[in-house]
Amino acid sequence: MFNKDTLEQSGALRRKWEDAVKETVSKHADQKKDWTTISNLPIKRVYGPEDMKEMDFEKDSGYPGQYPFLRGNQPTGYRGRNWTFRMFSGMGTAAETNKRWKYLLTTGQTGLSAAFDMPTLMGYDTDSPKAMGECGRCGVAIDTIEDFQELVEGIPLGKISTSMTINPPATVLWAMYCACAEQQGVPLTKISGTIQNDMLKEFIAQKTFLCPPEPSVKLISDTIEFGTKYVPKWNTVSISGYHIREAGSNAVQELAFTLRDGIEYVEDVIRRKGLDVDEFAPRLSFFFDAHIDFFEEICKLRAARRMWARIMKERFHAKNPRSLWMRFHTQTAGCSLTAQQPYNNVVRTAVEALSAVLGGTQSLHTNSLDEVLCLPSEQAVQIALRTQQIIAEETGVTNTIDPLGGSYFIETLTNEMEEKAWEYIHKIDDMGGMIPAIEKGFPQMEISDASYRFQQQIDDKEKTMIGVNRYKDEKEKTAVPILEIDETVEETQLKKLADVKRRRDNRKVQSCLQDLKSACKTGKNVMPFCIEAVKNKVSVQEICDVYRDVYGEYRDPGIY
Amino acid sequence: MNRKIRILLAKPGLDGHDRGVKVLARCFRDAGFEVIYTGCHQTPEEIALTAIQEDVDVVGLSCLSGAHNALFPAVVKDLKQNGAEDIVVFGGGIIPEKDMPSLHKAGIQAIFTPGTPMQATVDWLNEHITPRD
Repeated sequence: MFNKDTLEQSGALRRKWEDAVKETVSKHADQKKDWTTISNLPIKRVYGPEDMKEMDFEKDSGYPGQYPFLRGNQPTGYRGRNWTFRMFSGMGTAAETNKRWKYLLTTGQTGLSAAFDMPTLMGYDTDSPKAMGECGRCGVAIDTIEDFQELVEGIPLGKISTSMTINPPATVLWAMYCACAEQQGVPLTKISGTIQNDMLKEFIAQKTFLCPPEPSVKLISDTIEFGTKYVPKWNTVSISGYHIREAGSNAVQELAFTLRDGIEYVEDVIRRKGLDVDEFAPRLSFFFDAHIDFFEEICKLRAARRMWARIMKERFHAKNPRSLWMRFHTQTAGCSLTAQQPYNNVVRTAVEALSAVLGGTQSLHTNSLDEVLCLPSEQAVQIALRTQQIIAEETGVTNTIDPLGGSYFIETLTNEMEEKAWEYIHKIDDMGGMIPAIEKGFPQMEISDASYRFQQQIDDKEKTMIGVNRYKDEKEKTAVPILEIDETVEETQLKKLADVKRRRDNRKVQSCLQDLKSACKTGKNVMPFCIEAVKNKVSVQEICDVYRDVYGEYRDPGIY
Repeated sequence: MNRKIRILLAKPGLDGHDRGVKVLARCFRDAGFEVIYTGCHQTPEEIALTAIQEDVDVVGLSCLSGAHNALFPAVVKDLKQNGAEDIVVFGGGIIPEKDMPSLHKAGIQAIFTPGTPMQATVDWLNEHITPRD
């Protein structure tokens, strides 16, 4: 990026600077010996032209909207449109969550995002013994389409985009959304939103699963195929690094494992469904964590965009420019928040949100200050949303695109993170792909190593968490109001489910389940069968039991 | 020489947040304990039976989904029903302060919440658990 003269000048000035550093340090030592990111990447005292001399402007950077999209997908950046303010929410019953959603829409939120409770996430109904104590606790409980109808009551599905954090039963919940849209008179071609539907990261990190990896990926390919043909505005998978990071990975691992998961899905759809990469790649979406190490996160997001463009072009020979775009949602890091002195979390979240914006996110969830203690209260959610609005409308950071592009440090760290991520990707390629790697426990062990090391660093005070290992307040009592989940939620939900099961046409239910079962056995796309089933009030668990029955049940091997 | 402390770490219920329990599994191993970790999604009954089969001294339960009030006491009950009330049970996770008295009363002997240094749990185990012969 620099000509010979500049590099020579810079070299001479750098030597002078190094002498000055030596002299200063001899009189006044640095505060500590090692300076690293939170992921333990070493950081130099200063960066200059020589650090990025190998970088080629056209090949490695370009302008926004130009390959390899280092500087953003859109030529107009945030001037054309801000990122989507998308706050994740869900608790208790569908009716309660619907109320929260309507409130959020009045406060300026621009997209909905549903959190489901554990039984729903794992494909169990509220009346399963496995669901004991979990109903409505960390999200909304959905058993049948009647719950889903309450959830979206009065919400115009043709106008609002909805993200649903649902993985193993993604086919079922998406089928419910499609069926509800139809009931509102909205055609499938008009609905937009996202299902997370990324099972590989579940085996690696988040640990909600039904079936083994292979059939789990098959179900994902079904949704990608169905979306490509009938629901063209839907993102059928959100390939997620967030959970990988929250499970304790470092930033490079998050980057590498997420992209390698993406490669796995693309290969499966091409192989299994015979679709051309350009038919479906534009609807693939991604989801990253914005952790507390400010510059590392910006670099990670920039590197991710460039790497995906390269993967699409060089590995899959995609031609449609939209296939090359990595579109991603970001959430600030839940694991960076502390139960101690919880109001400090507002500051952490603001810094993390800013890094996501400077990294060019398309959509953002900001955590509420109380999320480490309970589901967020309305007031805490409002502060979190206002944090995004302040960044977007007060700070001026949206004035120019990729404002840190060209910084010696940012470009160098972006390049280094990309390089380290490729090493992981090549290693997983050599193992035969992500499924064999997961079966060997490779990504799980890498994460386990990283999280244990981080905890040791916290305990040894090598890394700081304010209020936890420094500046502790020994007399502290929890100061924030705690949102309580009504203890009657489970009872209400159980009554409702029993009532639906009594009222519905149970012969029709059985025939829907039989049809789905034979579709699974013959390798047909399950989506049309799921839609038919949910319309006939077949429950989440009843459908998931078919999957467990046909494809087998996966048990956590408990690798540490 | 004393036998090593033998500990079962387990996650009851459907919660998949296993970062904390896995970090502790490593930490306890490094502290010289014999550690058994059975992975996510165990029922209280499965946990109790594993504890008995593996002849552990202590069971550590982890739950971050909010279902601790139902699940932790269920493990204690299942241990008791199977004649293993001598196995000590402790827990950790996102446990609001107001839930602690009832959990203690139900037989959960200690509860560790986010921000606890690993060494504090090791110290507690060394102080409170005597390996059975």
